[in-house]
Amino acid sequence: MDAVLNSGDTAWMLVSTALVMLMTVPGVALFYGGLTKKENVLNTMFLSLIAFAVTSIIWVLYGYQFAFGADIMGFIGSPVNLLMNGVGVNTAAALAPTIPDFLYIAFQLTFAAITVALISGAVVERMKFSAWLAFIVLWVSLVYVPVAHWVWGGGFLAQLGALDFAGGTVVHINSGVAALALVYLIGKRKDTRLLPHNLGYSVIGASLLWFGWFGFNAGSALTAGGLAASAFLVTNTAAAAGMVSWVIMDYLKVGKPTVLGGISGAVAGLVAITPAAGFVTVPAALIIGLVTSVISYLAVSYLKPRLGYDDALDVFGIHGMSGIWGSVATGLFAAPFINELGTGLIYGNPGQLTAQVIAVAVVAAYSFVVTLIIGKLLDFTVGLRVSSKEEIEGLDTHLHEETGYRI
Amino acid sequence: MKEIVAIIRPEKLEEVKNALEAAGCHGMTVTEVRGRGRQLGITESYRGRDYRIDLLPKTKIEIVVNDEDVDTVVETIVKSAQTGDIGDGKIFISGVDEVVRIRTGESGKKAV
Repeated sequence: MDAVLNSGDTAWMLVSTALVMLMTVPGVALFYGGLTKKENVLNTMFLSLIAFAVTSIIWVLYGYQFAFGADIMGFIGSPVNLLMNGVGVNTAAALAPTIPDFLYIAFQLTFAAITVALISGAVVERMKFSAWLAFIVLWVSLVYVPVAHWVWGGGFLAQLGALDFAGGTVVHINSGVAALALVYLIGKRKDTRLLPHNLGYSVIGASLLWFGWFGFNAGSALTAGGLAASAFLVTNTAAAAGMVSWVIMDYLKVGKPTVLGGISGAVAGLVAITPAAGFVTVPAALIIGLVTSVISYLAVSYLKPRLGYDDALDVFGIHGMSGIWGSVATGLFAAPFINELGTGLIYGNPGQLTAQVIAVAVVAAYSFVVTLIIGKLLDFTVGLRVSSKEEIEGLDTHLHEETGYRI
Repeated sequence: MKEIVAIIRPEKLEEVKNALEAAGCHGMTVTEVRGRGRQLGITESYRGRDYRIDLLPKTKIEIVVNDEDVDTVVETIVKSAQTGDIGDGKIFISGVDEVVRIRTGESGKKAV
C-alpha cells in the first residue's frame, strides 16, 4: 500500500513539534530556573537546555532507530537508518502514515528531550555538570529508548494493550521515578528550603508548558482531526481543574491561595491527562485534574518530608505521582466512543485497568533500577556531586564563571 | 555635624523623602538593605510548607546635617515613617568629624 502524505496532518504535526520543543526550551528551563536560589539560576536553566541539545543529537544518530525500528522480541527496535541513512524526504512514517518520517522522528525527539530535562529538577543546586552530560547520554540510551519502544514502538507493553496517549508512562513516570533514584544517590542539599528566587520566571515557564502541551497531547493524535481536537479540550480542562484543585488544597492547608500552588496544580493536571488525552471524555478529564492535584499535593507536602528525600523541585511528587494517577485513570475512564483503541473499567473492560497497572509497575521498576545503576556508575567515575564550597557559593560562578544578575 | 541613619519600611520611602524635602532637607543616600529587629521575620509558604523569612527588606537612609537641624530631620522621619506596628525601623545618630564637597574642595559646615 502506498501511503499518501496529508498536508493538513503534516502542517499540524510541524506546529505540534515546535510547540513541544517550546516546553523544554524555555518552558522547563524557566519553570525550574525561577524556583532555585539566584546563585544557581543559570546552571538550573542550562541543565534543561543542554539536555535538549544532547538528546537531539543522540536521537538522530541512533536513539530514534532503536526506539521505533521494527520490533525485536518486544524489547527493542531494529536499528536500521542509523544517522538517518535511507530515510526518504517523502517517506511516510510507519506509525503515522499521513505524515513524513522525518516529521515523526522530530516529534518524538522533542518528547525524549523533555523527559530528560524534567529529571534535572530533582538534582539541581548540587549536581556536577559533567556528570549531568554523561547522565543524559546514558539515560536516553538505556532507559528512555527501550521504554519508548515498549510502549509506543510496538514493544511488549504495547502488545499487552497498555494505553499511553502522549507519555504518562514513557515521559512522566519514567522521569519522576528516575528523579527519585538519582536524588537517593546524590543526597540532600545543604539547604533544602524551597524559596523561589524569581517566581515570575516559573509563572512564565509553567504557562509555556501549558501552551506547549497542546502540541504534546493534541499532537499525539498524529493527525489534524477530531481526535486531536478532543485531546486538546480535555488537556485544557484537566490543567484548569488541576490548578483550581491545588488552590483549594492551599486554602485548606495554609489558608491562602499561592501562585506556586496554582501553577504546580496546572502542571499536575497536564501530566495526569497526558496518557488519557486521546481516550477520555471532558467530564473524565475534570475528575482526573481535580484528583491529581490532591495526590501530588499530599506527595509533596506529606510524603516527601516523611521520607526525607531531597527531590528539589518535586519531579517525583508532580510528574511521577500525577503520571501514575493519569495512567491508572486511563484504564478507568477510556471511552470507546472517543477512541476505539481504549475501553476502560467504567465501560465494562477491567482488563484495561490491569494492563495500565502492569505498564506503570514495569516502567517504574525498570526506570528506578537502571537509573540507580547509571547513577552509581557515574558516582564512581566522574562523581555526581559538586564540592561543598561550590554548592554553598553557587554553581553559576563555580561551574560556568557567570552570574545571573549583575546588581 | 551629625550623621542620621534611618532604617525604615521600603514602602515608606516616598513619604519620608517628600516630608524631608518639605522640611528643607534635600540630600540623602538611600540603600536597599535587609535586616531584623523585634519583628523577627515573616512566614512564606511554598508547596504546602512554611518557611520563616528572618531577614526582611528594609530601606536605609543616610543624611548628614548640621547640629541645629538634627531634631527637625529626626522628627520629620519619625512622623512620616511611622505606622505604629512592629517593623517601623530605627534611627541612629552619630557625630561626623569632617565633610568635604568633592566638586569645590570646600569643607566643614559649608559642605554639608
